[in-house]
Amino acid sequence: MTKTVDARGLSCPQPVLMTLNAIKAGNDSEIKVLVDSEVSKENVCRAANNRGWTVADITDESGEFSITMKKG
Amino acid sequence: MKNFLAGRWGIIGVGSVIGVLAALLQKLGNPGNMGVCVACFERDIAGALGLHRAGVVQYVRPEVIGFVLGALIAAYLFREFRPRLGSAPIVRFVLGAFAMIGALVFLGCPWRAALRLAGGDGSAIFGLLGLGVGIWIGTLFLKGGYNLGRTQRTHVAAGWMLPLMMLGLLVLMFIFPAVSGEAKSGVLFYSLKGPGAMHAPLLISLGIGLFIGFIAQRSRFCTMGAVRDLVLFRHMHLMSGFIALIVAAFVANLLFGQFHPGFEGQPVAHTMQIWNFAGMMLAGLAFCLAGGCPGRQLFLAGEGDGDAAIFVLGMIAGAAFSHNFGLASSPAGVGPYGIQAVVIGLVVCLFIGFTMRKSVV
Repeated sequence: MTKTVDARGLSCPQPVLMTLNAIKAGNDSEIKVLVDSEVSKENVCRAANNRGWTVADITDESGEFSITMKKG
Repeated sequence: MKNFLAGRWGIIGVGSVIGVLAALLQKLGNPGNMGVCVACFERDIAGALGLHRAGVVQYVRPEVIGFVLGALIAAYLFREFRPRLGSAPIVRFVLGAFAMIGALVFLGCPWRAALRLAGGDGSAIFGLLGLGVGIWIGTLFLKGGYNLGRTQRTHVAAGWMLPLMMLGLLVLMFIFPAVSGEAKSGVLFYSLKGPGAMHAPLLISLGIGLFIGFIAQRSRFCTMGAVRDLVLFRHMHLMSGFIALIVAAFVANLLFGQFHPGFEGQPVAHTMQIWNFAGMMLAGLAFCLAGGCPGRQLFLAGEGDGDAAIFVLGMIAGAAFSHNFGLASSPAGVGPYGIQAVVIGLVVCLFIGFTMRKSVV
């Protein structure tokens, strides 16, 4: 199951908070996070790595990023 | 493209560079332990425009102009200019105003709190503790679902509003330069004595401001975020930059002969420690609820964030209230209504924190 977290339009620390909440919920082995700034992308990726998740893919569509991360 | 400055050594490097440049600005004429102080400098700008008439703190600080325009240049060069607004702007204005009121009870923003410590001012410890507690309270609200809602993309011109205002201020400085012995030049007020009369040469201040704005935009340097991320996520990333700033400024102060340890007689500071603590607690809470320290708000405004720009204008308005209403401290101690203002500010921030929760999942 892939859970999608939509953090577009939100600024720090909301995207990270939402990502960590999704990780903590523990239901999903793959999470997709949508953000719309470079800063949020960096912060979400850094937070995911800190929690032992791997960023598998980032797609950029005119400044909107979709970050796919996997457990472990 | 990999953004080196946003990495671990990048943020440490940026903090160190800011610390050294701040000490250098003091050496070149800025007031003691005030190489860079976003709150003090915005307050001086409010004074230069006549929004308050405290004669000792009136000067258009080119550093602030540089911060915004440096961030703007970096944002354009790296394709990060993103005009956006609409996340509760009026709330951000109020938070900016009370952040400034709290900062002026302490006499400094988080940047200056760090620089005061690096210059040996022991009272800064109480300010930094207050800052930490204020931000910690803010993180409790964040955990409880507090947020000001989503922004929306907007016209490029909207993102340019604050940068254009800063350009306008710079133009005014060139049209109406300081005249020796005159308290007013054209439309601008200039302090003849006090901190407002102490400044590094204009072009040097502007150049250093532009440079700091540029590297701070790239590195996402934020003093409030440093404490917030540590408390909220146990992330040391931004904190390593903040600590680097203090250490670098300390070393530079030692080299420049600017380190004078003690509590009494420190430049532009008072020793009423409870209010040093409480003023910064209010400021820290307001910064946390608004999502950035005053420096970060300038850099965000430079990359097109209209809500951050509103926060900046709130701070400038707050500075005007601070001096017109007798809320700001002086080296003699807190102003006649400073204590009441801190209490009201805390109540307002708590009201905002408790009431503004929005489900965004």
